[in-house]
This record gives sequence, structure tokens and C-alpha cells, in this order.
Amino acid sequence: MTGMNDPLLIWSYLAQGPLLWLTATLLAYLAGDACFRAAGRQSWANPVLVAVILLAVLLWATGTDYRTYFEGAQFVHFMLGPATVALALPLYDNLPRVRKAALPMLAGLLAGSGVAVVSALAIARAFGIEGSVLASLAPKSTTAPVAIGIAERLGGQPTLTAALVLLTGIFGAIIVTPLLNALQIRDWRARGFSVGVAAHGIGTARAFQVNETAGAFSGIGMGLNAVLTAIIAPLALRLFAG
Amino acid sequence: MIGTLATILCFQLVGEVASRALDLPLPGPVVGLVLLVAACLARPALADRIRPATLGLLQHLSLFFVPAGVGIVAHWDLLRQHGVGLALALAGSTLLAIAAGAWVFQAVARRTGAEDPTALKDEGAGG
Repeated sequence: MTGMNDPLLIWSYLAQGPLLWLTATLLAYLAGDACFRAAGRQSWANPVLVAVILLAVLLWATGTDYRTYFEGAQFVHFMLGPATVALALPLYDNLPRVRKAALPMLAGLLAGSGVAVVSALAIARAFGIEGSVLASLAPKSTTAPVAIGIAERLGGQPTLTAALVLLTGIFGAIIVTPLLNALQIRDWRARGFSVGVAAHGIGTARAFQVNETAGAFSGIGMGLNAVLTAIIAPLALRLFAG
Repeated sequence: MIGTLATILCFQLVGEVASRALDLPLPGPVVGLVLLVAACLARPALADRIRPATLGLLQHLSLFFVPAGVGIVAHWDLLRQHGVGLALALAGSTLLAIAAGAWVFQAVARRTGAEDPTALKDEGAGG
């Protein structure tokens, strides 16, 4: 009666291997990308956000835990490393522009990185957040692997930091276009650089959707902020935790 | 395409080894990025060879954040516990940081003569 054609057996077979959740991740992203295009490339239709919501609902509906999901999705996750290396090419292509913009970049980095850490800690402190949660929040504008390293050194919770980093990136990618339009910032270099500093790789992905120069500067902002936050975050945390 | 991927993976591998061996504050892929820029400067033909596949990869940069993004679900209870404070801290600080960074960048560019008319929004092609 119950052969290999039993739906439950097929399901339990698929649920064990990486094929199912790898495929689901790609399909969810394609759906997110289709929404993004259908919405006229508006930033609120962020493909990461749409894909995450779709997959979250799917995991909930099938009673699948995150660990099982990640066993399939880790192949996509792995590509974050090569994609970071790939940022070398737009950086190389924009090198004459980058050389010319050394001073504005330095100033923008200090302002963006400093404001990101200090204002996040100040607002959280005002709401009574302290201890390890405050430490987890401090590096949330930097790229995930660096942020987790900083949080661990500060006594934060690495998994909470990872979630805060992602939420920051999605929010930054959604807000950057309307915000900088309202402030009438027309310099693509400034637009890209600031979102890279404040919203790391997800902000950089958004910048590449809009303009290649903005994307190149965003990648630089992300890299420089990773270094600066490692220095600023412990100092700022001492100020607010003390 | 496979050639480009192999090139990129080699640079990541060397970057990873250098980051750990020299105890650098930068993660391996970022070191690999710096090395790849240096290699392109030394041999511009390398940049031309890897350009099509590399730009194709970067067009879908968003995709690679999806698996980690789903991790938010795993931490939903912890996030909700501190809901309002964390939400306002994230939203407020990100808004202020983008505004401050972009404004200061543009102001300093104007003051130091580092403006770039070819990099302005709504001007010429590619708006």
C-alpha cells in the first residue's frame, strides 16, 4: 500500500536533502525580484524582504525549522564571500573617481559610522535596553561576519546581532532613495557611499540596482565602515553602558 | 563563467589564508577584494576577462542575503521581547546615519573641489 509514491515518504526524502530548500530559496528570490520589477524598481519592494517573508511563511506552514532550511540554503549563503571579492571589479572600474573623492569619503565615513553607532545606542538606552542586547546592537551597521566578531568581543549575542544586521540592511535599502531625494543629494558617490556605511551589503545591493557608480562607492563604504566600527563600537558602548 | 568563478574563489582563498595567518582585522573576502583590485591594476586584461560574469553576479547580490535573512524568523521571540526600543533604534540610527554620511560627503566634496559632474543623478544617461 505505502510505496515510494506515498506523498509523506517523498516529503520526508526531500526534507532531508538540500535540493528542496535550495530550490525554494532561488524561487522565492525570483518572486521577490519579479515583485521589485512589477513595482517599477521602487525601493519598498525590496527583493530580500519579499523572499524572506515568502520563505518564513513556507517554513511555518510546513513546520520546518531554520537549521533544516539552512542545510539547503547554505550553498546560496556561501556565495556571499565570492560576491564580496567580486566587488573588486566595480571598485577597479571607478578607481579614478575614488582617488578624487578621498577627502569626502573620509569625512562621510566618520559622520555616517559615528552617527550609526552613537544614535543606535542612545535611542536603545532611552528605551531601557542594556547589557548584552545593547552590545549586540552596537555593530549592526557593519557587514554580518565583522559585526558578529565585534559583538562577541563586546559581550553581545552573535545570533541577535546577525538578525539586527539584516533588519538594518533591509530598512536602509528601503529608505535610502526617498530619504536622499528629500534631502536633494544628487551626487551618486555620496548616495552610494552613505548607504554602504549605514546598511552594508544589502544597502550595496540596492545601490547596484540604481547606479553602478553608487554601487562601487557603496562597496567601499561598507568595507571602510567594517574597520572603523571595530574601533568606535567599544568606545561608544563604554559611554552608554557605564 | 567557470573561469571567472575559479579566479574569484582563488582570491577569496588567498584572502582567507592571509587574514588568518597575519591576524588582520578584515575578513578573508575583503582581503581577497583588495588583492583582486591590485591584480587588475597590474594586469588590466584580467579585469576585462572577468567583467561580464562578475557584473552578472553582482546584479543578484540581494539573493545571497536571503538565507541569513530567513534567520530573523529563528530570533523572532528575542526581537519581539525588545520590540519597540530595538525597532526605533534601528530605524532612527539608520536614517540619521545615511543622511549624515551623504550630507557630509557632498558638503566636503563641494568645499574641496572634489565634485564630479559625471556622477550626478538625473543628468545625462543612466538616471
